[in-house]
Amino acid sequence: MRQQDELITAETSQTMRLWITFRKNKTAMAGGVIAIIIILIALFAKWLAPYDPLIQNPYNRLTGSSSEHILGTDDFGRDVLSRIIWGSRVSLVIGISSVLLGMVAGTTLGMIAGYFRGKIETVIMRTVDVLMCFPDLILAIAVTASLGSNLINLIITIGIVMTPRFARLSHGSMLSLKENEFVIAAQALGAKTPRIIIRHIFPNLFGELLVAGTLWVGVAIRLEANLAFIGLGVQPPTPTWGNMIREGINVLINAPWVSIFSGLSILITILSFNMLGDGIRDITDPRLRGE
Amino acid sequence: MIVYAIKRLLQSIPIVLIVITLVFIIVRILPGDPAVAALGDYASKEAVEALRNRMGLNDPLWLQYFKFLGSILRGDLGKSLITGYPVATQVAQVLPYTIQLTLSGIFLGYLFGIPLGIAASVHRNKFIDYFNRVFSLVGLSIPAFYLGVLLMLVFAIKLRLFPVVGGGDITNLRENLRYLFLPALTLGLIMTAYITRMTRSSLLNVLRQDYIRTARSKGLVERLVLYKHALRNALIPIIALGGLYIIVLIGSSVMVEIVFSRPGLGKLMVGAIKQRDYTTLQSVMLIYALIVVVVNLITDLIYGLIDPRIKYH
Repeated sequence: MRQQDELITAETSQTMRLWITFRKNKTAMAGGVIAIIIILIALFAKWLAPYDPLIQNPYNRLTGSSSEHILGTDDFGRDVLSRIIWGSRVSLVIGISSVLLGMVAGTTLGMIAGYFRGKIETVIMRTVDVLMCFPDLILAIAVTASLGSNLINLIITIGIVMTPRFARLSHGSMLSLKENEFVIAAQALGAKTPRIIIRHIFPNLFGELLVAGTLWVGVAIRLEANLAFIGLGVQPPTPTWGNMIREGINVLINAPWVSIFSGLSILITILSFNMLGDGIRDITDPRLRGE
Repeated sequence: MIVYAIKRLLQSIPIVLIVITLVFIIVRILPGDPAVAALGDYASKEAVEALRNRMGLNDPLWLQYFKFLGSILRGDLGKSLITGYPVATQVAQVLPYTIQLTLSGIFLGYLFGIPLGIAASVHRNKFIDYFNRVFSLVGLSIPAFYLGVLLMLVFAIKLRLFPVVGGGDITNLRENLRYLFLPALTLGLIMTAYITRMTRSSLLNVLRQDYIRTARSKGLVERLVLYKHALRNALIPIIALGGLYIIVLIGSSVMVEIVFSRPGLGKLMVGAIKQRDYTTLQSVMLIYALIVVVVNLITDLIYGLIDPRIKYH
């Protein structure tokens, strides 16, 4: 019992130490704060949006910034700010869920391949190599075209694109981690394979996964925006940032704000996840500490 | 080196075969009947059935697969379901535009990126370094199509310096370059962000090495230390990872082609998806994958050439 207490204290102080380093890292802090604000905006869209994002007003089309419509209105007279606020939901839900999906699937496959080696490794890692022969967007376009584009299918599509990335990452780490003495010690003590993988190896992989996951949320959000811009995203009238830019492009000459502000939202969101991811990497990577 | 090159080339063959298989599978999963797509929704049942027979869609799947494999290996990409023209001809028409765009983007990226990266690592934590960090962070985050829209808005719509959309006649150099400028700049700026960041971190890493300290301590001029000792070694990862970024750039080129309505593989592919033109779609996917395989191959070969340690693995 006492030993357990000590373990938790040691653990806590480690977390505390990371938190202190994290707070000192201005980029990471700024990224984290912005990301949290955007997540809150998405959660409370209903209360924050000044107007219904779907209500059209033919008498109030393409008005610029005014006291009623801070970011103006679009081609259908809908409030751009309200649509941006609601659009954050699609981007975040797809971005975060697809990365989680890819992380679970990819890490499992990568760890299995790296731990057991042999034929299973060949099959998994060759498939990964082949999937990675397609640029992300090309694969995503093809998969969305076959699944159809609604929220769930887009999460699956982008999850499929993310899976080989996570598989390659965790496979590489597994190969080096499994040669460590603590793994050999656990094996010698008779620990079962699943326990070794989950309790001993996985925690060592976690930092890397967290960094990659955070950075790849940005990639996933960008991928969703790309698909929406092509017309393969969540279908209108649901506002998404990608299809708002797409609609804005038709009125770019008279009402550039529709595209500009929707794109800015995408940029700021991706930027915040990238800053956060970079920051976490600097903190967790001991080689970079103190720089 | 030759043995290494041949070995590496042979490794690509199974990858290409699996890629072909995967494209075949993905396209078969696509919903909708290609024969209906070709004839339109109002075609009679008999006409659809006749076309299905002619297209071999009623053959067993394995037979379709081997026919597909056979024609691909002969270089026959089939005929477009919509226009009826051979896909190979369509691809040949637009491929130069995509290659031109991507190569210009890569060229601009290295042209701006390497000097910026060197400047940032030499003047670490000075203004140029901070500027670079912000620039590359934004460049890594911005979607290519949004950057394209912004550049179009400023340079084509407001300043009227360049045409808004289109590809221009590729044989007319002057006109062609005017149409190329904004799309290439879009890709170039994004590539610059990647290259700058990579150059900076790679060079900083090398500058910490013992042999740099040795070079400095024997009294070598800083310029020589930097360009002869440090940069040469720093370039290895820049080239190795460069291949990876080129692949990212190929993906972005699809978006740039769509924003600027520029003819190219990406525009062909998106058009094919919307019209359910499966033969065109599978060919374009295949060509993209082949480009990636070739880029990877070339990267590895260059890597082997500049870093002799690689060959022995």
